[in-house]
Amino acid sequence: MSTVIAPARGAVRAADRVAAARRRVTLGETLGQTLVMAWRALKKMRRNPEQFFDVAFQPILFTAMFAFVFGGAIAGDVESYLPLMIPGILSQTVLTTCMATGTQLREDLEKGVFDRFKSLPIARIAPLAGPMVADLLRYAIAATLTFGMGLVMGYRPGGGAGGVLGAILLAILTGWSLAWVFTWVGTIARSAQAVQGISMMILFPLTFLSNAFVPVDTLPGWLAAFVRINPVSHLVTAARDLANSALISGEVAWTLLACLIVVAIFAPLSVRSYKRHM
Amino acid sequence: MSITELGRAGGDLSPGAGADLAVRTEGLVKTFGEHRAVDGIDLVVRPGEIFGVLGPNGAGKTTTLRMLATLLTIDAGRAEIFGVDVAANPHVIRQLVGVTGQYASVDENLTARENLWLFSRLQGIAAPRARRIATELLGQFGLEKAADKPIAQFSGGMRRRLDLAASLITRPPLIFLDEPTTGLDPRTRGQMWDTIRGLVADGCTVLLTTQYLDEADQLADRVAVIDHGRKVAEGTPDELKTAVGNSTLQLLLAEPDEVPTAAQVVRRVLGSDPVLSPERGRLNVALDQADLAADVLIALRTAGVSISSVSVAKPSLDEVFLALTGHETGGGETGGTEESGGTEESGGYRESGGYRESAGSGREENR
Repeated sequence: MSTVIAPARGAVRAADRVAAARRRVTLGETLGQTLVMAWRALKKMRRNPEQFFDVAFQPILFTAMFAFVFGGAIAGDVESYLPLMIPGILSQTVLTTCMATGTQLREDLEKGVFDRFKSLPIARIAPLAGPMVADLLRYAIAATLTFGMGLVMGYRPGGGAGGVLGAILLAILTGWSLAWVFTWVGTIARSAQAVQGISMMILFPLTFLSNAFVPVDTLPGWLAAFVRINPVSHLVTAARDLANSALISGEVAWTLLACLIVVAIFAPLSVRSYKRHM
Repeated sequence: MSITELGRAGGDLSPGAGADLAVRTEGLVKTFGEHRAVDGIDLVVRPGEIFGVLGPNGAGKTTTLRMLATLLTIDAGRAEIFGVDVAANPHVIRQLVGVTGQYASVDENLTARENLWLFSRLQGIAAPRARRIATELLGQFGLEKAADKPIAQFSGGMRRRLDLAASLITRPPLIFLDEPTTGLDPRTRGQMWDTIRGLVADGCTVLLTTQYLDEADQLADRVAVIDHGRKVAEGTPDELKTAVGNSTLQLLLAEPDEVPTAAQVVRRVLGSDPVLSPERGRLNVALDQADLAADVLIALRTAGVSISSVSVAKPSLDEVFLALTGHETGGGETGGTEESGGTEESGGYRESGGYRESAGSGREENR
């Protein structure tokens, strides 16, 4: 990464600048710019701590609520429901967290500073990918709090620390990948409210029509069919195997494959739609 | 700057015919749906000059600038900056151009220093150097004291200064200023003018848009007048004024109610209508010869219209615009201030809200 800057004194010479101009952004520059954008997003988070409300309260509230409401009915008692439910809440929380990526991007896009980002010689993907790197922190907080709350309520994961860590990492990675869907929604929707609405419509079927909270056998056949192909179900099952028995099952591979497909489709779509915003 | 020098860029950066020009556009077009916001604009900006694009709201000034800055795609026509094709090499263009928009494009969540640091780092400047540049620019733009305060606490003028500072981080050879002083108070506006003149002294070329006629008059070496997406005139401010007529009689009536009577008298004497100013009781009368002023004044006296002040001046760009497009740019007192000496600020400065709709020029810019 090198930008030619004329010495503080001395005239600006246009011909030299044309000669020195770089033709395209290299991969290294793209990564550097993405990290600088991530720094900006982190600063923004620190100055607007209310952005952390969802990642802080949802895991705590939902874990307690779901455990006491559904625990008895589904698993007989709260304690035996926890191993089933905690990985479910983990997936749900991470998904809700990545939904915020879209709404925040939409709000951000409307600000004048994006005009400047567009006018700078930087990779077009950097302003989109930067906040997503910063969001890794939010996923990590949400995932850790979910397990923390579970432990407080008496959950003793059979997979040990390694298994739990694996489940958290998988959830973070999935959250990051799925966030590209919401980033894309953020670049096409007309307002932050619209992003919120569209994201809810994507999010609710994905989380509730999965095996996150109930065993699949209890569902009618047509619904069970959808639940089995839902990528969230794969994440939930993979996280359960990891956290409860430190087992790296084939579900992990399915989850990773689903993530890869989502990123491969939605990252280019997002960049294209962001470019068109100009 | 010669073609051989440019040749070092290699690749398909081979300069077009406009290599020794800062900006060259041919038949530039931008359409939004049915609306042709920019409708075939040809511009030539020479290195080292301040070029003014003058026109009312919705004339297509901002759209033209945004196309040149790669912020909008060019629908038809061709644009070159220092000989580099804008549509084909947007990444190169972005390294050559600094853009300061109509609305300050800085990050509200960061402090002034952090903003400059962010934009430096994004452009590949190493961290220690980025810090040094930020400090330097903050000093240069008189923002040291506010350097570590949130932008939310900044005044409009401070934001504009920070915005301009952010455009100068890599010292680009060409700077686009979109209505740099719209909404600024007269004092801040004068400071901005000095800053812009300073940029050119450093070797930069400045392309600015404005709807203030006196701003173009004060700053620009050459001016293009744009209306409804088309260029209606181009030249130095003096050339444009000369093209319109020799002089203007400016009248301020003692009784604003007598304006219709006075207008009638002028019509009778000269056979043409005076230009009414929104300022109560003020009329501007274009004259072929300054001598005719006496005829008008005598006729007014005979008609019993009392005058509180009178002056004869070279026509202002307001009148230029009226003559070129058949409608006014906006309201406000009309020029001649430089001739009357020393009252620049009381001259043509108008709040943006002072724009008066006339003959279909009231469209909003872009959308």
